Amino acid sequence: MHLKRKRKLQQLLLLTVGSGLIIGLILYALSENINLFFSPSEIASRKAYPVQRIKVGGMVREGSLERANDSLQVSFMITDYQHDLVVYYDGILPDLFREGQGIVAQGQLQADGAFVADQVLAKHDENYMPPEVSDAIEQASAAANATTEQTDL
Amino acid sequence: MIPELGHLALILALCLAIALAVVPLFGNATSQLRLQVAAHPLALGQGCMLLLAYAALTVSFIMDDFSVVYVVANSNSALPLPYKFSAVWGSHEGSLLLWVFILSLWTIAVSLLGKRLPLLMQARVLAVMGMISSGFLAFTLLTSNPFKRYLPDAAIEGADLNPLLQDFGLMIHPPMLYMGYVGFSVAFAFAIAALMDGKVDAAWARWVRPWTAMAWGFLTLGIALGSWWAYYELGWGGWWFWDPVENASLMPWLSGTALLHSLAVSEQRRLFKSWTLLLAILTFSLSLLGTFLVRSGVLTSVHAFATDPERGYFMLLLLVLCVGGSLVLYALRASTVRSRAVFNLLSRETCLLANNILLMVALAIVFLGTLYPLFLDVLGGERISVGPPYFNVLFVPIMALLLLLLGIGINVRWRAMPSQRLMHLLRQPLLWALGAGFAWPWVYAGAFNASVALAGALLVWLLATSVADLRQRVQQQNNAGSVWWKLGASYYGMLLAHIGIGFTALGIVMVSHYSVEVSLRMAPNDKVNVGGYQFIFDGVKSIDGPNYSSIQAQVQVLKNGSVQQILQPEKRHYNAGQQVMTEVAIDAGLWRDLYVAMGEPLAQDSWALRIHYKPFVRWIWLGALLMAFGAGSAAWGKRHRFILLPVAQTRHKGINS
Amino acid sequence: MNQDTTVATNWPGWRWRLLLLLPMVLAFGMGALLWKSIGTDPNRLESNLIGKPIPELLGPSLLDQQRFLQRSDLSGQPALLNVWATWCTSCAIEHPYLIQIAKLEQVRIIGINYHDKRPQAIDWLNRLGNPYAFTVFDQQGDLGIELGVTGAPETYLVDAAGIIRARHVGILNERTWPQLRQQYQQLIADVDSQ
Repeated sequence: MHLKRKRKLQQLLLLTVGSGLIIGLILYALSENINLFFSPSEIASRKAYPVQRIKVGGMVREGSLERANDSLQVSFMITDYQHDLVVYYDGILPDLFREGQGIVAQGQLQADGAFVADQVLAKHDENYMPPEVSDAIEQASAAANATTEQTDL
Repeated sequence: MIPELGHLALILALCLAIALAVVPLFGNATSQLRLQVAAHPLALGQGCMLLLAYAALTVSFIMDDFSVVYVVANSNSALPLPYKFSAVWGSHEGSLLLWVFILSLWTIAVSLLGKRLPLLMQARVLAVMGMISSGFLAFTLLTSNPFKRYLPDAAIEGADLNPLLQDFGLMIHPPMLYMGYVGFSVAFAFAIAALMDGKVDAAWARWVRPWTAMAWGFLTLGIALGSWWAYYELGWGGWWFWDPVENASLMPWLSGTALLHSLAVSEQRRLFKSWTLLLAILTFSLSLLGTFLVRSGVLTSVHAFATDPERGYFMLLLLVLCVGGSLVLYALRASTVRSRAVFNLLSRETCLLANNILLMVALAIVFLGTLYPLFLDVLGGERISVGPPYFNVLFVPIMALLLLLLGIGINVRWRAMPSQRLMHLLRQPLLWALGAGFAWPWVYAGAFNASVALAGALLVWLLATSVADLRQRVQQQNNAGSVWWKLGASYYGMLLAHIGIGFTALGIVMVSHYSVEVSLRMAPNDKVNVGGYQFIFDGVKSIDGPNYSSIQAQVQVLKNGSVQQILQPEKRHYNAGQQVMTEVAIDAGLWRDLYVAMGEPLAQDSWALRIHYKPFVRWIWLGALLMAFGAGSAAWGKRHRFILLPVAQTRHKGINS
Repeated sequence: MNQDTTVATNWPGWRWRLLLLLPMVLAFGMGALLWKSIGTDPNRLESNLIGKPIPELLGPSLLDQQRFLQRSDLSGQPALLNVWATWCTSCAIEHPYLIQIAKLEQVRIIGINYHDKRPQAIDWLNRLGNPYAFTVFDQQGDLGIELGVTGAPETYLVDAAGIIRARHVGILNERTWPQLRQQYQQLIADVDSQ
């Protein structure tokens, strides 16, 4: 009886420790592999560090797209209507990439404040901007609202 | 007129579904035989009504009835006819109708094939399926009626089907996926019936196994089709993105795989019973969660449907009722179905237990990775996304371990096996696998690569262990005066499905390691070498399709100086919605795909082109086909089990400690 | 000692029952989180301006530089405020549909030309047609900020008194207009009954 009980205890311990360990490992891996999302305003206010791999979102500013003549190198500006961010990208832009369209770029922020993207996404199934982008823009305009109210006072 | 007819049929289907949910159980409670038997005609009636409703919507599409809102939103008079059929499930309302229609088909199948089950079981299983059906029919009618009309005046022209969906792969992907998702409702219904009964025996597991295998096979096909579609339609050359919607279909697949294996133990050894029940509930719950995630818009994804929060709440309510209700029942009743037995550490039970643990860990990885951003968002944290590296780093080793274990599991016997005997059986396969694994990357690429070696070794390991087990069984059969084909379709199905995983794994590793991708600017007559082929860009020409106009690039493919093929990728401009779509050109082959996609037009007639060389990519889907085929024949081989009377005796009796 | 392992357990009843409760508790926790997550639906942009009036001063007119538009220019009729710009490709897709509903259904639409350049915007209306009763030229996006505009196209439904009744983010088309149409017709009916 005593032996049996001990065994049960062992099993229970094994179960909790085992599953705890697994969940812990998963969460650790998760925290190592998340991509934080920033808006141009947040980057302007230095919330993101260079070297960190991040995602940025915004609308492509009209007239800002420039192409190299001999390669696929492009640069363009994205904006949340408060701040702009210059993005460099070497590759094929998605079908839905157009000036005035919302996009999400993934890559690294440079020390000089420009952004080098290794991936540019425009949401495929939508006529409208990716939600992260609209969110970022909404936040930026809310912030702008708040500052105008302050100056009014 | 026809849409009204369809609407009416849908309402009648709901009435019949409610009756199906209530009447047999009432008959149960009051011991009225006639009411229990009524489940069969009710199931059939519900199916007929849904067929009628479904046909009505299809006819509305074919006849371009632009007074129906759903048709206007998803069709166009210029849409080719085959796509008018598939446009029925091109968006939320219609695909929900397809969902309930498929549920009614499964219900009819259970009703027809399950006539030999105990009446109590028949009545309960069908009633549970009726409950699910009523919930979803109410959801359809109250929030997403596909028959809604523009009144008083109709639209002149439709908005056209989303161009991404105008494609053969996407014609068959949703029905297959739904066959899988919804098919798990059968196992779920059986689990609920067993909980009501308070009893799980070998016979119960026998009935459930073929149904689960069928659903699993369909789900496998559905996922593979989705991956194939993403590969050639999205134009990035990727075949799996760890996108939330893909993960939503992978989760029930993982859980369903665990269920299949745990059912085997429950049948053969009367073990893991309450665990099996929980897995049956979990698998269907994850199917529902998948449906919810795609439709509620809580997750963003390339595949997500247009969203509407009201539908999200209704859907979640259904989910909570269904999952919560069944888990409450589980908490109350599962303690009556405990199993107790002893088995040796070296036994098939241990292998299947390990299989279940590994699959659950894999499920936890996918689940947390998919829903973590959502939870963080709800709890007021930052907006994040989880990158593919997370999934690759965690998921891949678990799968490798699973495949390694699988080879042992095939050969090991129930209850116990002497270790010398197992070693004897496995020695040869192990040598084969090691040899092939080391040789393979050298032979293919002239250099060693650990992952490729591992994948090659695992495939050979699976093949060799299967052959070892087959040989041993044939020997036993010969002693009993029988021959190899008497081993039965379900045994060969099992082997085939397992080998299929090996093929998929090898395909994945090969394409991940030896793919070549080039994005470049090409002017007419420019040449580029990719993967031993020469590509020459000959310029573009304009062509017109039925509902789009298109710019088509001409790309010659040369090998050793002779022209092999002319690839013609397109950039399509769909007239109705003004969307631009990239149409990829692929030269498919067993050993490699050549893949060319057009980017943007650049100055002076030059274009951005994306050229891929993808070795072994077909093996990924070939493996999935084998898995689905294997599951099908496993179910077919066991078909007698749900048609004939339950076999009272099981071969192995559990030994109580 | 033999190698036998007991997997199935024989814990005292209450502990076993507690374990069986676990899936249920987890599921309900999940449900609660998901429930909350629908509220924070990333696609949903809840405007807290619904029920509030649009600003008194709207901005200069696009077509008539001399004119400054005000709330009173709504002239006591319900209307749609449509945010558009020439840089916005989705707006080009939406435009023919706006013309269609303005013509066929007599819907009063007021344009808000957002973050744009005047000559291009005027050229756009000349080329593609003008569905708008009048258009506010909102070069700096001031009006847009007051309305909480997140991008273009975006459409607000405003009643006769200039109070925002609904907001639609994205394109108006056969698919999305019917949701607003009902509300719009209701507002028209309210005006007629008074």
